[in-house]
Amino acid sequence: MSNVFHAIFSTTFLFSVIRVATPLILASMGAVITSNAGITNIGIEGVMLVSALTGVFASAFGFGPWFGFIISIITGVICSLAIGYVSMSLKTDSVLTCIAFNTMAIGGTVYFMYAVVKDKGTTIALNSGKLPSVEIPLIKDIPVLGDILSNHNVVSYIALLMILVVYILLYKTPLGLRIRSAGKAPTALSSVGVSLIKTRYIALGISGILGGMAGAFMSMGYVTWFSKNMTAGRGFIALAADAIGNSTPVGAALSSLLFAVAEALSYSLQITTVPPELVQMLPYLVTIVGLIAYSIRKSSLVKKERLKQAVK
Amino acid sequence: MSEKVILKVENILKVYPNGIVANRNVNFEVHEGEIHALIGENGAGKSTLMKILFGIETPEEGRIFLNGEEVKIESSKEAIGLGIGMVHQHFMLVDSLTIAENIVLGNEPKKYGLFLNKTQMIKQAEECSKKYNFNINVFDKVEDVSVGVKQKTEILKALVRGAKVLILDEPTAVLTPQETKELFVELNTLKKQGHTIIFISHKLNEIMEICDRVTIMRHGTTVETSYIKDTSPQDISNKMVGREIVLHVDKKPVKRGKVCLEADNLVYVNGIGKKMLDDVSLRLRKGEILSVAGVEGNGQAELAAILTGMKKPISGTLKVRGEEIQEFKPSVLRKNRLTYIPEDRMTNGCAPKLSIVDNMFTDKIEKYLKKNNVFLNRKKMKEQAEFLVKDFNILCGSIKHPVQELSGGNIQKVVAARELTEEAEIIIAEQPTRGIDAGASELIRRKIVEFRDRGAAVLLISADLNEVLELSDSAIVMHNGKINAYFKDTSALTEEELGYYMLGVKRQSEEEVNAIL
Amino acid sequence: MKSKKMSVGQFNVWFEVLRFVLAIIIAFSISFIIMSFSTDAPFAAIGNLFVGPLTSIRRFSTVLETMIPLTFAGLAVSVMFKANQFNLAAEGALFMGALTAAILAIYMPGPPIVVIIASMLAAGIVGSLVCAIPGVLKIKWNCSEMVVSLMLNYVMLYFGTYIFNQVARDPDSAYNASYKFREGVKLSNILSKTRLHTGLIIMVAFVILTYVFIFKTKWGYKLRMTGSNLHFAKCAGISVAGVIMSSQLIGGFIAGVGGSTEMLGMYSRFQWSALPGYGFDGVILNILAKENPAYIPVAAFFVAYLRIGADYMYKQSGVAAEIVAIIEGLVIVLVAATAFLSKFRHRMTTKLSKDLLTSGGER
Repeated sequence: MSNVFHAIFSTTFLFSVIRVATPLILASMGAVITSNAGITNIGIEGVMLVSALTGVFASAFGFGPWFGFIISIITGVICSLAIGYVSMSLKTDSVLTCIAFNTMAIGGTVYFMYAVVKDKGTTIALNSGKLPSVEIPLIKDIPVLGDILSNHNVVSYIALLMILVVYILLYKTPLGLRIRSAGKAPTALSSVGVSLIKTRYIALGISGILGGMAGAFMSMGYVTWFSKNMTAGRGFIALAADAIGNSTPVGAALSSLLFAVAEALSYSLQITTVPPELVQMLPYLVTIVGLIAYSIRKSSLVKKERLKQAVK
Repeated sequence: MSEKVILKVENILKVYPNGIVANRNVNFEVHEGEIHALIGENGAGKSTLMKILFGIETPEEGRIFLNGEEVKIESSKEAIGLGIGMVHQHFMLVDSLTIAENIVLGNEPKKYGLFLNKTQMIKQAEECSKKYNFNINVFDKVEDVSVGVKQKTEILKALVRGAKVLILDEPTAVLTPQETKELFVELNTLKKQGHTIIFISHKLNEIMEICDRVTIMRHGTTVETSYIKDTSPQDISNKMVGREIVLHVDKKPVKRGKVCLEADNLVYVNGIGKKMLDDVSLRLRKGEILSVAGVEGNGQAELAAILTGMKKPISGTLKVRGEEIQEFKPSVLRKNRLTYIPEDRMTNGCAPKLSIVDNMFTDKIEKYLKKNNVFLNRKKMKEQAEFLVKDFNILCGSIKHPVQELSGGNIQKVVAARELTEEAEIIIAEQPTRGIDAGASELIRRKIVEFRDRGAAVLLISADLNEVLELSDSAIVMHNGKINAYFKDTSALTEEELGYYMLGVKRQSEEEVNAIL
Repeated sequence: MKSKKMSVGQFNVWFEVLRFVLAIIIAFSISFIIMSFSTDAPFAAIGNLFVGPLTSIRRFSTVLETMIPLTFAGLAVSVMFKANQFNLAAEGALFMGALTAAILAIYMPGPPIVVIIASMLAAGIVGSLVCAIPGVLKIKWNCSEMVVSLMLNYVMLYFGTYIFNQVARDPDSAYNASYKFREGVKLSNILSKTRLHTGLIIMVAFVILTYVFIFKTKWGYKLRMTGSNLHFAKCAGISVAGVIMSSQLIGGFIAGVGGSTEMLGMYSRFQWSALPGYGFDGVILNILAKENPAYIPVAAFFVAYLRIGADYMYKQSGVAAEIVAIIEGLVIVLVAATAFLSKFRHRMTTKLSKDLLTSGGER
């Protein structure tokens, strides 16, 4: 048992929490933007997957990891806009569109991977490189904190920055006002001559940027190759984080962290005697429990308020 | 008055994707600076026409002229750019935002080119509200203000964007008589400032009062445009429906029977903690129509929801024929032969995508099964549905068509046909004729009276004071979640009198109110 | 309405068929272009894709074998969709159903036929329980059934793997497989020299049962009402919580039975180590079948045909079979897209309606 304890309260554990949380935070920010605009975007899973592959290709056959990073972002935007085109301009149900897109992404990435490297599993054969890690001056010298916070992949810091960016975007800019209106009262938006579809395209585009970054991190930060279905449901978790966080940037980021803690824990616990399958189950279970807790709190708040008024 | 034509519509044809021809041969002209009424039954094509003018729908054929020049309006944005504003029947506001935010939405003042300039936003909204004499607090969130204020916000939204032609789609449907008066004063002010107003309504008396000219629509076409001073209400309504309509429903004298519904001390608090029902008690007797009048949002909707089992009160009891209801569930109350015509027909009254026949038996499917009690008896369902379609004069291609393809009035007839069957002993009718044409209203009102004559007990919740006075035997008025007046006999009651109680200007003593018990 | 010209209703049916065919043509054309980048002989490759399943009885029968679990997944999703529940836990239910059946097939004593029936029923019940979880959470606390079920599938995968390792794993097997099923505990073969099994008959029975259930019984009626408009159903006295719950229990049951049929028909050991993906396939089939259970086997046949054809293409032409995912995705997107060809449809309906007006017919 003390083994477990040590595993959890070590700096390596907390370091790995941030590492694991990075793609989740980025993807959940994408989910926050789209859900505020009134779109359930489960396509973010596929967006991440496709971006992860194009990033690797661009890095290996182009000009290195930063070029790959940019191509990942562009891919993310294109995929998101394609989802938007099908669901809004061709008027297909958005959830169905996303399921179709995810199917295409899982199969399509394998198809192209095979076409290029003749391997259906991974692109390890390509020397695609890694985005750099960054030492933070001053913080890196603080004893414990430095070990946890410094020397992360640059995308991890970008992810933290994105929480602030998304917050400002949603609550302090005209675009944010429009995006929130698009979700809360779409007809209100079109009645004042703002195109609902255009607003949603913009929201999807931004979520594509974030999903693209998340994908780039998966294949050029977390590991240095692309492998079949490597996102393994992280896009869905981002969606759950958005739900648990009530579609606010900070709430969704905290929920992503919660999941990341569970996932990091599952890596730490693998050295113990706990059956590995149960440990692997943990992050998903924690997410469900988080969703339940959030929903219970929401419904009991309403009840409490009502009772309070009734007593008056 | 100048007679310069500001807006002219020529030979509009609009066909919806499901093949319904909503507008054909539509022609009319609007003069600058007039209040122009547009009247017609539901399904006559008024709303479609207005949507075309505001760029929400595009017509297949026809031309639109603004100030003598032909224009193509393909989006609301273009309509706004041309100086056309629209106040929709259902408000187009974002409830979670403030009035100021709603007013500037789409036109937001910026700072540093990127961020929202909140000071400038407040200033703009307040200036506009002062300019037109609208007395509102722009800091309020929309979800916290009254219907009247919401409507003012909507009008301001259009004006701030420079609307010269203002389209109002049934603006008075949701207002109290007093609020309506206020609106009319504002409309006259706008008219004096040179704005042109297109006023869509079902209410003849309002049109007679405020409008200069009226265009009548029937079956998707414009029938006639005339000056109000040259016409009469009877004349207009004849042209609307193409036949004489009776504005009064004949009623036999009331024969009250036993009490069949008893509510005592009902209290209900809504989701945001507002007390919507505050110690409400009432009795409903067989063979009577008891009306519940009140300004919207004073507890009538919650009362209906509790009496039908849709909501559970925080405290209080409900008895049906002397037996207390333990479980507040629609199924329990329906088993007690209580039926319900809900206010919002599209949400609570039908399954729009399913067929007419499927929608006729939702509450009593158990009576339309084969002997094994499992399989549907399609033949019996079909026969009964066809009978009801005839009996209620529902205009439809076939009973297999989805309900959503019908016009509003016909959908309401489907709802009424389902609810008003021999099972109905206690009928809760909530705004049964709101927003539907005169023909359908008359039929539904006649049916309600027919059931009352047969001995059913009817609780009629209505914001239409005409309807309350025309149909009811007795009436109560609700204000702030309480009953503040009871009239055992409504024959001598006037609209003005009811209005005073609805707004809480007058209030009966507890003794007078308790006379209902 | 008795016009000699086509009525609007007739036109709509005709139009749907046309749209479907066009969607398939477009999807194949795009895939063909993609393929021509990765192979020198794209015509041969796509030819193999088309004719592959027809090249031998064995291959054609593989299409039918593949179609069986797909159809079950489609039916399961269809029952839940009809109640407007976006519960994607059919995936987890099918996986757990297969595992349950496998465990009983290994350990349960008694005549094989009894074991088969018992394991199918048990698989169905386990499937019901899996799909019930998002249902309960939805009804009790209004948790999004879609998000919960997406997470739940992973929970089921790892939980199932845990049970498998504890109870059924054969330590002597070279790869992760269970002990062998008992002798004779297998759905019997119905076509010699192939693996086609009686599961096909069970599948047909379930298609009929599901169709009858949804359109001919009082429960199906209430289900459709609830799914079409929850508020209205509640208002009319239908106990919607019960209906929603039962739709997920039934959907889960069908998925569970599907899992057991696949396991007992095609395998002699349990050896799944990843989610089979049937849950999302079920959604895809419902789009293709326009949410009508009667068309689900047709859609399943189409998808199975494509997949087997793609396998053949991979073997013959070396083009990765995963290209079918792109074809499937494009077809369902175009089939589900209401605006696809809508301008043409609109022009036609306008014309037809106008014809009717001028010829004096009613609208």
